[in-house]
Amino acid sequence: MDALMNFGQGIFGGVWPAVWTLIKIVLIVAPLMLGVAYLTLAERKVIGYMQVRIGPNRVGPWGLIQPIADGLKLLFKEIIIPGRSSKGVFIIAPMLAIAPALAAWAVVPFTDTLVLANIDASLLYIMAITSIGVYGIILSGWASNSKYAFLGAMRSAAQMISYEIAMGFSLICVLMISNSLNLVEIVNVQDQGRFAGMGLNFLSWNWLPLFPMFIVYLISGTAELNRAPFDVAEGESEIVAGFHIEYSGMAFALFFLAEYANMILVAALTSIMFLGGWLSPVGFLPDGIIWLLAKMSFVLLLFLWFRATFPRYRYDQLMRLGWKVFIPICLIWLVVVGVWMMSPFTIWK
Amino acid sequence: MDIQTFVFFFLSAILVFAALRVITARNPVHAALHLILAFFTCGGIWALLQAEFLAIAIILVYVGAVMVLFLFVVMMLDINMDRIREGFWSYLPLGALLGLLMVMEMSLVLGSKYFQVPAAEAMVPAGVSNTKSIGALMFTDFVYPFELASLILLVGMIAAIVLTHRGPKQSKYTNPNQQVFVKAKDRVRVLQMPVEKD
Repeated sequence: MDALMNFGQGIFGGVWPAVWTLIKIVLIVAPLMLGVAYLTLAERKVIGYMQVRIGPNRVGPWGLIQPIADGLKLLFKEIIIPGRSSKGVFIIAPMLAIAPALAAWAVVPFTDTLVLANIDASLLYIMAITSIGVYGIILSGWASNSKYAFLGAMRSAAQMISYEIAMGFSLICVLMISNSLNLVEIVNVQDQGRFAGMGLNFLSWNWLPLFPMFIVYLISGTAELNRAPFDVAEGESEIVAGFHIEYSGMAFALFFLAEYANMILVAALTSIMFLGGWLSPVGFLPDGIIWLLAKMSFVLLLFLWFRATFPRYRYDQLMRLGWKVFIPICLIWLVVVGVWMMSPFTIWK
Repeated sequence: MDIQTFVFFFLSAILVFAALRVITARNPVHAALHLILAFFTCGGIWALLQAEFLAIAIILVYVGAVMVLFLFVVMMLDINMDRIREGFWSYLPLGALLGLLMVMEMSLVLGSKYFQVPAAEAMVPAGVSNTKSIGALMFTDFVYPFELASLILLVGMIAAIVLTHRGPKQSKYTNPNQQVFVKAKDRVRVLQMPVEKD
């Protein structure tokens, strides 16, 4: 590592720290994009098997080159801009969708040292950046000058706002017991406790004491992603394809990339905040990034499973779930956790 | 010019431009978009001033929530800009007077001695979390003003609901609670009927 640093210092001189940061960004974004590509394949395969089909198997062995073929196809397609659309906003919208999905990864820790920016308020940063993602959807819906796209955008805006509150509340519980907004710290706190002393580390992760919040976070996360069963913003059977109906080619692909990058992000956050991040589930195995990846894959499988299982929520049911079910549960559990922490039975010292 | 000064001027230029476009853009949605850009840039300037909590809070609250709802409403309005611009000259004196008043007030506040903090004192020592210290102050020294502010917000919220509430709904609707708790045997009854012999 030192040799690499010296080598870089020699070539780039004073701008080496900037170049090194750029290299680190590429090292995060490149595997992420590869993960996105193969998540699309995994989705089609997993849902295929769940519905007793085979899924894509023509391009390459077991269909493994399918995502590359899809990407190339979209790359070569023409981007059609609707006649009476707001051209500038129409082109900016997909960028606004993908940029926050990638920017949020800046503070996601992969192990306790492997993190691009270990800032104090990383949890707040993630919440702020992911809340910007909705603009891509709203603006694409408005700029398309199409009724279906506009309806999709309106639905999405209302849905995002509603579920962000529940999501924020569940995260407040996490930061209360971790006593920190730093994601690395949040994971490290989960390594202590009675069960961790007994070697059963997975029982001292946050998912057990905060079980209702874990469920609320997982479901609100699915809703924030506009994934089935909360995909009213797309709603193929009602509003054709929702907000991205007028998009084609690479502009459409950007929305697709943003959705899957966000899926991986929410999976990573769920793993970090409730499932112990890179910590190993049992005492005798070493911690490592492999555990984080395994937990992320599990959460991603859950998302795919949801899509194959549940029918789409009706719009009023969706709003009811967000406002009348999740927010009261969060408020009550917030008080419960607060009292628990102050009582003699506290498990967080 | 060091990098910090450069970033400050860069952000300020964007902020001033965005703020000007908010009031000059002909399309209300474009104006709202520039307002979002202005908030975001403002967050950047606050981060430069080491006010990390404020910087993230403005993006989380204003950019992430308030402006989404704002845009939601603005997009659905059918605004005819020419009609709005008709009374421009007759409203100008009043607007100019109000603007002048605001400039005067701000110069009084910004010129007061409370704003003249030396740069050395304003520096945050390393290792102190901005968010943590704001939280600690809010729940100790300023707990009553803080609770009062939340009470005012609650009153505002209830007032908004009361003002827009139009009495009980006349239309028919389904009760989701009943829907959720429905069992198959409430809806379908399978009867066993003996075969009739002739």
